[in-house]
Amino acid sequence: MTEKLIKRMKELPSTHLLGTGTPMCAGCGGLEALHEIYDILGEKTVFTNAAGCMTLLSVYPFTPFRGSWLYTAMASAPAGAQGIRDALDILLEKKRIPPEDDLQVVTLTGDGSAYGMGLSATSGTIDRNLDYLYICYDNEGYGNTGQQFSEATPHAAKTSTSMSSRGFPGYKKDLFSIWAANNPAYVATVIGAEPLDLAKKIQKAKSIKGPRFILALAPCPTGWDFDPQYSADIGKLAVDTGIWPLKEYQNGKVTHTKIPHHRKPVEEYLTTQGRFRHLFQPQRNEPLLEDIQSQVESYWNDVLEQSHG
Amino acid sequence: MSRLLLTGNGAAAWGARLANVDYIPAFPITPQTEIIETIATWIDNNEMPGRMVTLESEHSMITAAGAASATGVRVFTATSSQGLLYGMEMLYNVAGWRTPFVMINVSRGLSAPITLEPDHNDVLAARDSGLLQIHCATCQEVLDSTLMAYRLAEHESVRLPVIVNQDGFYLSFTREPVAVPDSKTCAEFVGEYNPENMRFRASSPSSQAVAVLGGGPYSYFRYETHLAAMQALAVYDDVADEFKERFGRYHPAVENYRMDDADYAFVMMDCFATKAKDAVDRLRDNNIRIGLVRPRLLRPFPERALQNALTGKKAVAVIDQNLSMGKGGVLHTEVASALYGQNDNPILASFIGGLGGRDISAEEFYQIAATLQDAAKQNTTPAPRLLYTESELRAMRKLQAIAHVEREELEANKQTGKL
Repeated sequence: MTEKLIKRMKELPSTHLLGTGTPMCAGCGGLEALHEIYDILGEKTVFTNAAGCMTLLSVYPFTPFRGSWLYTAMASAPAGAQGIRDALDILLEKKRIPPEDDLQVVTLTGDGSAYGMGLSATSGTIDRNLDYLYICYDNEGYGNTGQQFSEATPHAAKTSTSMSSRGFPGYKKDLFSIWAANNPAYVATVIGAEPLDLAKKIQKAKSIKGPRFILALAPCPTGWDFDPQYSADIGKLAVDTGIWPLKEYQNGKVTHTKIPHHRKPVEEYLTTQGRFRHLFQPQRNEPLLEDIQSQVESYWNDVLEQSHG
Repeated sequence: MSRLLLTGNGAAAWGARLANVDYIPAFPITPQTEIIETIATWIDNNEMPGRMVTLESEHSMITAAGAASATGVRVFTATSSQGLLYGMEMLYNVAGWRTPFVMINVSRGLSAPITLEPDHNDVLAARDSGLLQIHCATCQEVLDSTLMAYRLAEHESVRLPVIVNQDGFYLSFTREPVAVPDSKTCAEFVGEYNPENMRFRASSPSSQAVAVLGGGPYSYFRYETHLAAMQALAVYDDVADEFKERFGRYHPAVENYRMDDADYAFVMMDCFATKAKDAVDRLRDNNIRIGLVRPRLLRPFPERALQNALTGKKAVAVIDQNLSMGKGGVLHTEVASALYGQNDNPILASFIGGLGGRDISAEEFYQIAATLQDAAKQNTTPAPRLLYTESELRAMRKLQAIAHVEREELEANKQTGKL
């Protein structure tokens, strides 16, 4: 890799390659992550996009991207990446384009596509060892349609299709492990509120060939019901409470890149968001709160046991 | 040039090979699979350049086809029936992207009930997608039409994907002698692929297929696609003329067989039309002045050519190998709309036949001809007919009887505890 490895906050790029003035909501955690990611990936990229919030980034005749973009459909953004990568390889091989015209192929989708409708197409790209980077901005629901629950919605969260006092009865699907189980080149979780951790992972992902996946938790003011000014704080709390583990997978091994040894209670994260208000008002729902806390405990106990064992 | 005994699928594969395609995204489905098997073998043996990738669904396959075409390479793909419908969302997308690739559809009846043999409900479901459609009656036509389809798709005033349709089993698995032109002449005819402004390059970034807000811009792009499809009519005629000049075979937008002095006509698409052709010859032997009109182009729809062929005739039977539930034959509706308001229109009768590969016998063609003659005599339009013979109904009743007997025995055994 020719570029210098980022080691400190001060070394983060301040280029702000991605344009402003997009129709994303104020405080969008997905856009925050994308800004940071794009600064590192750069403009020699082509994005394939699936139906979701970020489809509205490129609305004729505007785009915030300095590189290229292709909207596909909700189920098949990874297949779009396949077509573009294959075509670029053919053009390079036949010398119909010079090597410097090559592009990094990136797929950008929300959790609705990544966890659900697009999973078959995603699985196919891993099978075929496609050289591309998949970025999922995970706001834990079908956000663009008004935050109905998705396969990524956490237990007990209130969504517009889980309005009861129990919230969403299901559990968040472990997409990281689904990817990792198929031995791709690289998988990592990131969050915009931890820009240094994010930057290191994107740099690493950029330097590797093969199927790579970046799963970015995307605090969502409209979907999670909080004031946009707290988006970064909530992102940090997701990490500090242990709810959003920052980790990566490479060469068959999962490594946690930031272990919160003195984890804050999950309540500190949950109370910041209206989607969990029913756990505290009109009275505290102790069993559900304990359930959520114990899941986090159990996850990290396993992690620490494995790292010590 | 050489002559080979080829199936329709083999002819389609040769078409792709001779068109110098760069990229073949694929997914197997009966009765199309032989096409991708043939191409895969050629690529493995270095007999054909090009890269083939098997996707995990037709939806992904059509996405990859469009995306590769949007990046600037020549693309070929093939599917059938359920596969075409599984990819339907992407058909509309890739037409809107204006990606000029060619896709073979091997027609097969749609589920349910699931079946393998042909009718045209699959390809007609794609009628309004923006993909142009060429329908073939012979294996030679499949090869020739594939070459022509690239010229049509890539023409600067068209720039749309094209479906080349052939019937499953009857054409896909039937061997016919096919003239396979030499690769040099084909390369000259098809030409180098010109991606025009469609490409993804680091030096010239572009956004394709972006969202629009509101009906104004949406309508603008949709109208443009429609107008491009309409322009394909004239382009098709030029391509057909040039093809004839170079290869000696003429494939017009509408084939008229023994129509010059005809009073009556069958109107049919695809390879069952060759049965109608044979019936025309026999009816002519009996001094019935009948002919066949076979649209090869379905989109764009060759209205003028059909008007020229059919006005002034006494009565015309549109024989649809498809069924729009609650309406009837799709081609019948299309032909009726083309003739509406014309002077000297014929009586237009509708017949449905050939669903799921059901044969249309010579007897049935004779009966249709008799119905046309009666209609002309009485000057009334006959009611639409669903072709079905007594012997077919008897065979169906036998199957139902077996089903009943089996069910009764099962019920009886349940009651006596024998099971």
